Amino acid sequence: MIKLFLKNMTPWYFLIPIIVIHFIVIAIPSILSLALCFTDWNGFGKINFIGLDNFYELFNDRVFKLAVWHNLIWTIFFLTVPISVALLGAFLLTGVKRFQLFYRFIFFFPFILASIVNCLIWKYLFHPKHGLGPFLENFGISLFTNSPLTQKETSLFAVGFVDAWHFWGFLVVIYITAMYQVDETLYEAAEIEGATKWQKFRFITFPMIRPTFVFSVLIIMIWSIPAFDYVYILTGGGPAYSSEVLANYLHFQAFRNMNVGYASAIGAMMFIYVFIVITIFGILRRLDWEI
Amino acid sequence: MSTISYSNRDKIFNHMILILLSLSIILPIAVLFFNSIKPHVELGTNPLGFPSEIRLMNYYDAFVKGNYARVFLNSSILVLGTLFVCIPLSGLAAFSLAILSPKGSTTVVIGLYLLVGLSIPAQLYILPLFIMWKYLHLNNSYLGLIIIYSALNAPFAVFLMRSYMIQLPIELFDAAKIDGAGPLKLFTSIAVPLSWPVFLTSGLIVGLAVWNEFLFAITFIYDDSIKPMATILFSFSNRFRNDYTLISAAAIMMALPMAILFILFQKRFISGLTSGGLKQ
Repeated sequence: MIKLFLKNMTPWYFLIPIIVIHFIVIAIPSILSLALCFTDWNGFGKINFIGLDNFYELFNDRVFKLAVWHNLIWTIFFLTVPISVALLGAFLLTGVKRFQLFYRFIFFFPFILASIVNCLIWKYLFHPKHGLGPFLENFGISLFTNSPLTQKETSLFAVGFVDAWHFWGFLVVIYITAMYQVDETLYEAAEIEGATKWQKFRFITFPMIRPTFVFSVLIIMIWSIPAFDYVYILTGGGPAYSSEVLANYLHFQAFRNMNVGYASAIGAMMFIYVFIVITIFGILRRLDWEI
Repeated sequence: MSTISYSNRDKIFNHMILILLSLSIILPIAVLFFNSIKPHVELGTNPLGFPSEIRLMNYYDAFVKGNYARVFLNSSILVLGTLFVCIPLSGLAAFSLAILSPKGSTTVVIGLYLLVGLSIPAQLYILPLFIMWKYLHLNNSYLGLIIIYSALNAPFAVFLMRSYMIQLPIELFDAAKIDGAGPLKLFTSIAVPLSWPVFLTSGLIVGLAVWNEFLFAITFIYDDSIKPMATILFSFSNRFRNDYTLISAAAIMMALPMAILFILFQKRFISGLTSGGLKQ
């Protein structure tokens, strides 16, 4: 009996080391965070339980509401612009044989560069004196005279643009993998019917890659909420909170203000959002929604 | 493989759009490279183009001013340390999930646990983790960050390795078991030699992730002397705010090792980075 028990334990021995590390680094702090969001702890003093006060405060916090709004804009931006460009790129790529791997290599390249490197590239290109602005003015195109990163109206989109610039090639690769699995006879049939390129895309390609497409929507919705690097490096959330997002605001509250409880409450809100998104997708999948 | 047949005119059109898209990626990177080999005085007259005079000393200057010998070492310690902890331990876990108990409830429980772990935003746990690490004296040390990186990358590595190991012929393991090999022996003498490609792929992806990582590096390491590449480059770019040639050279130095690896192992990088989520 004991021997049988030990035998069944063997798989666990192999799992325990990494699971313990993962548990210490991710599970325990996450649980702690979910507990700390009901306190007013500042990191070293006494811990007072204050119930839902942090959350009441959040809902009256102008910056927090602004950050939520910006994360929403960010998500919508990523769900439209990079996805459209990537779908176009992938669809065109299936039509070329020559240089295909080369294109793929190029498109994917920024994805392996560090966020700081990509940010430095674009910080320079947005520079009012050296960058693209004065260059384009030589041709009579007035795109921007100040760096879009420093203007209240454009800062969020400028940051989003840089992040999307490095990200869309990733989408191309996952879309094209799916597109190559589409049955060729479908296109041949459409060809006989005299379908246009757009019709082929709309009625064959797109429906056939829907699982991958939905997957990309899911990861964008999940990844858009903790978006941090590009905002922190390029604008730090400014000017005047015009590009503030949740992750950056949380970092500010946590490591500048040492507002442990308050920051935990922001983290909890982000977690709840991700949890809801995943649950919805899980339910849809259960309902055989073919995603 | 399915392709759509295109007329020649369409093909040219396709290539034109694809070239435009490629240029939108190549040109910005080219500008960074040009600036890295440009004399500083030329920036004013020729901010975007190819330098009229090539000055490789920028690299030397950046190397010295940024103390890059040290920084390279710091980043390398973090990458190698993480690989040393994360890859063998993830391999053991993947072996357990794929071979020892391929259909057991263990697999379901652990798989679900890692999946939940993957989708928790880092911001939820970074602050309590910071406080925990402070009490454990792991803040501001390689070891502390290596443990964190191992945990962050483990779910990905485990899933990738499991999906590979599950395709290994089970008869090999059965035969070895009859010969009296224990589970650890099965792992070291059968599973590892047969699945080295996936070890290589996960090693590359985890190495890349650690080399480029920013959020945890900037939060957990605050001594300049042990900061890795990403955060040094960040403070460097603030310190020499207007010295773009210097900053560009530093940025190229950071990007180069990974760019070379990417050129050498393009297929592995792409399949590894895209399959992480897709296979589940």
